[in-house]
Amino acid sequence: MDQIAVLKEEITKKLSETADLIDLDKIRVAYLGKKGSITALLKGMKDLSPEERKSFGAEVNKLKTFAAEKIEEKITELKEKEVEREIASMPQFDITTPVDLTRGSYHPITLVQRQCESIFKSMGFTVEDYPEVVTDYECFESLNIPKHHPARDMQDTYYLDNGQLLKSQTSAAQNAILKKYGKNLVENGVPIKAIFPGRCFRNEATDACHENTFFQMEGVMVDKDISISNLIFFMKTMLSEVFRKDIKVRLRPGFFPFVEPGFELDISCLICGGDGCPSCKHSGWLELCPCGMIHPNVLREGGIDPEEYTGFAFGLGLTRLAMMKYGIKDIRDLNSGSLKSLSQFTDDE
Amino acid sequence: MFLSMNWIQDFVDLSGIDKLELIHKFSLSTAEVENEIFHKGSDISGIVVAEIKSVENHPDSKKLHLLKVDAGNGELTDVVCGAPNVRVGMKTAFAQVGAKIGDITISPRPLAGFTSNGMCCSEAEIGISDDNSGIMDITDDVANGTDIKDVYEVDDIVFEVDNKSLTNRPDLWGHYGIAREFAALAGRELKPLDVDNLKAYEELKKVDMKIEDDLCQRYSCLQVENIKRNVSPVNMRIRLFYCGMRGINFLADLTNYLMLEMGQPMHAFDSRKVEKIRIKRFDKPFTFRTLDGVDRNIDENTLMICNDNTPVAIAGIMGGLDSEIVDDTTTLTLESATFNAVSIRKSTVRLAHRTDASMRYEKCLDPEMTDVAIARFLYLLKKYDSGVKVVSALTDEYAFHYDTVTLDFDKKFVDRYTGIEIDNDTIVKTLTSLGFKVTLDNDNFSVVVPSWRATKDVTLKADIIEEITRIYGYDNFEINTTRSPLYPVRVDAVKSNEDKIKDILVKKYNLHELHSYVWAYNDELKALNIPVENNIKLANATNPNIETIRNSIIPTQLCQVKTNASYAPDFGIFEIGRVVNSVDENNLCVESKKLAVTLFSKTKDVKTLYFELRDMLAVITSDLKHEMLSFKRAEPKHSYEHPVNLNTVMIGDTEIGTIGIVHPTVSKKIDKKASIVFAEIDMSEFTEAENAAIVYEEPSKFPPIDYDISLEIPSGVFYSDLAESWKNEGGAILKNTKIVDTYDTETVHSITVRFEFSSSERTLSSNEVQEIIDKVIANLENLGVKLRNAV
Repeated sequence: MDQIAVLKEEITKKLSETADLIDLDKIRVAYLGKKGSITALLKGMKDLSPEERKSFGAEVNKLKTFAAEKIEEKITELKEKEVEREIASMPQFDITTPVDLTRGSYHPITLVQRQCESIFKSMGFTVEDYPEVVTDYECFESLNIPKHHPARDMQDTYYLDNGQLLKSQTSAAQNAILKKYGKNLVENGVPIKAIFPGRCFRNEATDACHENTFFQMEGVMVDKDISISNLIFFMKTMLSEVFRKDIKVRLRPGFFPFVEPGFELDISCLICGGDGCPSCKHSGWLELCPCGMIHPNVLREGGIDPEEYTGFAFGLGLTRLAMMKYGIKDIRDLNSGSLKSLSQFTDDE
Repeated sequence: MFLSMNWIQDFVDLSGIDKLELIHKFSLSTAEVENEIFHKGSDISGIVVAEIKSVENHPDSKKLHLLKVDAGNGELTDVVCGAPNVRVGMKTAFAQVGAKIGDITISPRPLAGFTSNGMCCSEAEIGISDDNSGIMDITDDVANGTDIKDVYEVDDIVFEVDNKSLTNRPDLWGHYGIAREFAALAGRELKPLDVDNLKAYEELKKVDMKIEDDLCQRYSCLQVENIKRNVSPVNMRIRLFYCGMRGINFLADLTNYLMLEMGQPMHAFDSRKVEKIRIKRFDKPFTFRTLDGVDRNIDENTLMICNDNTPVAIAGIMGGLDSEIVDDTTTLTLESATFNAVSIRKSTVRLAHRTDASMRYEKCLDPEMTDVAIARFLYLLKKYDSGVKVVSALTDEYAFHYDTVTLDFDKKFVDRYTGIEIDNDTIVKTLTSLGFKVTLDNDNFSVVVPSWRATKDVTLKADIIEEITRIYGYDNFEINTTRSPLYPVRVDAVKSNEDKIKDILVKKYNLHELHSYVWAYNDELKALNIPVENNIKLANATNPNIETIRNSIIPTQLCQVKTNASYAPDFGIFEIGRVVNSVDENNLCVESKKLAVTLFSKTKDVKTLYFELRDMLAVITSDLKHEMLSFKRAEPKHSYEHPVNLNTVMIGDTEIGTIGIVHPTVSKKIDKKASIVFAEIDMSEFTEAENAAIVYEEPSKFPPIDYDISLEIPSGVFYSDLAESWKNEGGAILKNTKIVDTYDTETVHSITVRFEFSSSERTLSSNEVQEIIDKVIANLENLGVKLRNAV
């Protein structure tokens, strides 16, 4: 019996002196291991009488339980201490140091173009892609602009020495779009809904407001009953999505040979909201985009019967939209190739 | 074009209507009005008619006079005046004490020792003309003390319409047409023009006139005599001035007035110089002096007004100096005509001389107007100069008639186009107010277009929609989405790849997207030692620097790299843009869309940078097409390409582009030490190249075996050669190979290749792996590759 008391005292003492888990494990092995003192006691019991064995066995088992519990307690204690130490040793980082924001950038036109595209895609429009070099037929003839029409004066066109030209407007794709989808419209009743973002060129001197190279987005919708009311709806919806606020739009008559009626679409000034400010020349409105109902001659030239179908078209100035959206004052910044200006447009989602 | 609200109100009663509101409505319904609206006369007040009763010279000044004026208040007022034209009995505009001119309030003030109790004003000071040579000389019989604004139309609202927005509206180039719009917008009646009765002269002799060229559509003329008046009535001069024209003399002013009122240009010849009016072109070019004294080159396409064979005016553009009205002119011939619009436009461009008249003729004026304009001219002429005598009958040749345009449509057509309900009454009322003759039978409309809209403007049913809706007001439209059926939308493959590539390059590789121009910049490229390659050229470039269309984006991108060389020590730029490769057998440009990437680094060696670029292309290809890239050595074709390490990039058998290092002569111009590499990928080739699907492979439950071997590679042997040596030996269990280590000395290039073996069916034995490795090693040794050690 003494033996048990001694062991108990010894264990208690050793545990109190132990400060790490490795030592603690040694203690566990020394007492509870296969060759440990307590295990030895249990093994030694075979020499005892059955009575002694019973009472001694109970005592040894109690000791074993005691030792196991104490060791477990100590483990918990030491682990807690270790966590505390780890916590205490953790320095406080200076999270306020400057962040390295090195990353790539999109061209602002790409960002605005993507927004417009995603809005129109969500409304069932296809996104088209056409060349920059076009024929006179595509850019003028098919758009109800015959030779010597004064409308050809309105845009100074870059001609190439093979007689082709750099398209002066994305409307140059209208005829191709009508021809591409017209059959499906007529035969299967699938409405033509397409947008065409593209680069346009005008032979003019550049300054802060004028560029010879700029982006537009043409939109075309043709079906049996497309109306002016629909046109206003689509323009307002798209612009409100792009600017992420309710945009007021208004139409004014505008003369473009390929639409009838033709409009100039104005939006409420983004800076002053319509009260008038220097940006909108105190009118409260910004001229944004020519649009209109597709001229019967243009539909006809695209193989579509204007008696049966109507449609709208618009030519949104993507470059102008990007300038307005991001507050870019000098149009030349966009084609400057300067990373100082253009690396700022990391994303806009 | 400037427009006077007073003038408009000669023809439509707008009383009780907010004029600014109406102008705004006009801007939204008819043509764009410039923002600034001029409130003429609003900055002056208290200016009255006064008579100069006495004039004394100032004792000390040669210029100043001491006046006593009667301003109608019962006493004479002392005024000091510096104007040269003062005289006793003259009536003038007098700013009384308390009057306001701009920011100045008139008060008694000492002037050279005398007190001036007011100021006699010039017309310029009141703002009714630019005449500042003396004080206003009022010849009309007006009581002293009458406010000048009660006598003359000093107060007016003047607004400017953007000429461009009137290109398709020949009828809006005069106040009468504008008044018609205002009447329609305000729902008021348009008054008829007061005109002289030309029938009264039918018995008189005709002018000898003949149209000898079909470019003249109509020519009307008439002769008058005994014009005594020289100075125009004040109100006429004010209107002309407010509308941007200078007063000249009564006759010239009246032709201008008529043009601004009706949009019909008119001309007055000295009848002695145009005894036989002939309208024709000449076979040979010649020089002609116009009334502004300029000699102009006339060619065989320019229509001329002639006195028999002597040209006297350029038709529709400008009169000649020799036939102008002069002091001793007694009889004058009035011309009112219309000409072929395209011909006038071309002549204007050829002569580089645009006039108020040609500007109007270009728009296709209404030929019905010529005789009316003469009748109106005579009415005004006689009103202001009662002694005038008409000495010929109206002589009128009407060679070209526009067809009468009648448009038939039904209510459903209007509903379909507008998408809203506009009732029949509104349609009839609107069209009628604009001068259309409308017949309505049930829901069927028949509309006759008035002559002033039928020359080119309104020819289709769709044109009628515009007339109805613009007056209805687009602000009043209820807006609705379409009722069209929905179908799935096909996404363009090139476009979709383009978007994904941009995302990978920006998000994964931190590249910057830039745009550049479609032409090659001569000077900038020259500065980089890159000659501009021959390609299709702009035919009308105004700047020789941008003559040639680019056949690659890379040279432009190298210019951009140069511009940005100080932006950061390392950066990469890309663009997806179009180039013109060549011209095909039909003489049409062959255009293609390219992805161009250029990387610049001052911190990395060129090899590292080159491989970064290669990896970008490989990742793009793997992401978008689940395919591996391969490379084929290419020969340089462009001056900026380094001859070594130029490779054709391929997917399967399709060549999709080029990757290379920038030639040292070019790269040194950009930065002496930096590494610069480039790649250009054809977007169509890329998109059309083969495209593998993702094939799912279940992860093996059995342990894999990795086997590393280190190899010394002799020069001239490429990894792709090595790969051939295990391609056939590896069987199904060789899943992957990769380089895990590279070791280079000056003489030895060695790599450690890890072979990753695994099977999804069984645990592999080391023997079977070793067997494969042995075969591979044997193959490698045949290539001259030495094994360093096997692990």
